[in-house]
Amino acid sequence: MTETTTNAPSRPGRLSEFWFYFRENKGAVIGLYVFAVFVILAIFAPLVAPHDPIMQYRDHLLQPPVWEDGGEWSFFLGTDAVGRDILSRLIHGARYSFYVGIIVVAIAAAGGIVLGLISGFAPRWLDTIIMRIMDIILAFPSLLLALVLVAILGPSLTNAMIAIAIVLQPHYVRLTRASVMSERTKDYVVSARVAGAGIWRLMFITVLPNCMPPIIVQAALSFSSAILDAAALGFLGMGAQPPTPEWGTMLAEAREFILRAWWVVTFPGVAILITVLAINLMGDGLRDALDPKLKRS
Amino acid sequence: MTDPILKVEDLQVTFDVRPRGAWPWTPSLKLHAVGGISFDLNPGECLGVVGESGSGKSTLARAIIGTVPTSGGKIIWQGTDLAGMDERNRRTHRRDVQMIFQDPLAALNPRMTVGQIIAEPLVTHKPDTPKDDVRRMVAEMMERVGLLPNLINRYPHEFSGGQCQRIGIARALILRPKLVICDEPVSALDVSVQAQVVNLLKDLQKDMGLSMIFIAHDLSVVKHISDRIVVMYLGRAMETATSQTLTTRPEHPYSQALIASVPIPDPVLEKARMRPVIQGELPSPLKPPSGCVFRPRCPKVQASCALERPQMLDLGKGHQVACPYHEAHDVLHATA
Repeated sequence: MTETTTNAPSRPGRLSEFWFYFRENKGAVIGLYVFAVFVILAIFAPLVAPHDPIMQYRDHLLQPPVWEDGGEWSFFLGTDAVGRDILSRLIHGARYSFYVGIIVVAIAAAGGIVLGLISGFAPRWLDTIIMRIMDIILAFPSLLLALVLVAILGPSLTNAMIAIAIVLQPHYVRLTRASVMSERTKDYVVSARVAGAGIWRLMFITVLPNCMPPIIVQAALSFSSAILDAAALGFLGMGAQPPTPEWGTMLAEAREFILRAWWVVTFPGVAILITVLAINLMGDGLRDALDPKLKRS
Repeated sequence: MTDPILKVEDLQVTFDVRPRGAWPWTPSLKLHAVGGISFDLNPGECLGVVGESGSGKSTLARAIIGTVPTSGGKIIWQGTDLAGMDERNRRTHRRDVQMIFQDPLAALNPRMTVGQIIAEPLVTHKPDTPKDDVRRMVAEMMERVGLLPNLINRYPHEFSGGQCQRIGIARALILRPKLVICDEPVSALDVSVQAQVVNLLKDLQKDMGLSMIFIAHDLSVVKHISDRIVVMYLGRAMETATSQTLTTRPEHPYSQALIASVPIPDPVLEKARMRPVIQGELPSPLKPPSGCVFRPRCPKVQASCALERPQMLDLGKGHQVACPYHEAHDVLHATA
């Protein structure tokens, strides 16, 4: 008996199937590569960056990038108003951006999924309470609410991340609740109940895995909005505090030189743009690859 | 005569339906899905339940298994009322009553392998079973229902409908339950596969001494597998009889019409046959007709039918009919 089951063929790998569909979307693949490059840069920032990000070279204030008149190879993208190397600051800044993205998405998704599951399974009164609270959070412009929260908690990168996580969370709650609602009436959920599954097993083992694809896509897309929001808060002086080389904070510090030294403002902005664009492209590809309706097999 | 394993007494299931655009204070409508059904089920017996779509067959099944709250009557499982059961008895009830679903693919979790699906009742009811035993029992059960045990790591969508239904049967039987409720287990399958699955169920029932409630709208399938048949219409039982009696000498006008609608696999006989035809649609269970629910479509309707609900009349030998104007109708020799 056991011999017959040991030679059972294993799965052809869900990952390879996923890659097959993901590969078809060229934009998504480019996004993935750009994203991967940024991740590698962020991980090996101290090795890659030519200078210390907060080291001030007082002889090289506002030095233009290398291809402009007066540029130097040692400061490839130029320096800012106090003589810090912009390239090094951008590379180190990537660390903060990904740090913010990962932590924010983790908090928002974990909280949102649990609340959404409870809301989908709970009696109607509890569902109503949870959903009305989420509606109230959604009714505020997201950046305004994040600003208020940071103002209450005090400006720092950690508090900014908590604030952004709270602002992004209702999207996960709604998404999870909607999928749970449509899944829980299906026969396989009833059959799991008949098979004796308790409410926790139903929630996390039976229903949740079937709700994951839209949540994964939402996680990828809100990764970029978390980076964007963190940069916005940094720009408003409510996020990472100087001299942290966070992209938004760099923009804020460079505001007054926008006419005199374009490179101080442009490069952090371009870094934010490229990262967010790459992640969004990747998220679109993820959606196409995970949506069972688009599969042809 | 042994004690029945399951006794259903005047079971009622009502759903609240909110009318469209209702104010919060308007009372909700009552949908009588099951309106007073009684029957006994003996150990090892197979009870067929037939009726049109919307006659409350599936609701009846879900009430017995305990996933739909009842609003009246009693379900007595091995001498204990389901409503008054304590937690321990409820767990054994859940373990002893399993269900097989209509849509074989929809009833299997698409993110679990076949092995995990079949093992689920074991894992939830006997969490301390060793992993090796679980694997061995799953493999045995797969072989028993005619699946190759080396398919254990496949996912449900890789199987055909008949195979999926076999997986469902394996899952229902792995705990060695006492009662299996089959909710239209074959109506989603091809006719050729239907026969295989019905015969499999019949064999398993005999081998394991199962009691079974077999729900279907196809009378010919029910006749083949059941010992007794209940005919349901709009949540009420119309007639109860052994499958032999019901299919040859039905008494209730509705059963007669139902049986007449089963085609005979002989074109000459089929053409020559005289059949009572019923017209119209099933009335809304929100506003059931007064008196006998079958009254608006009955070919033998009388004025008194609208006045009161007909009582179940006992004709002996377990044959009961809910019609005062019942009359035997010999199906086999009713040719024009």
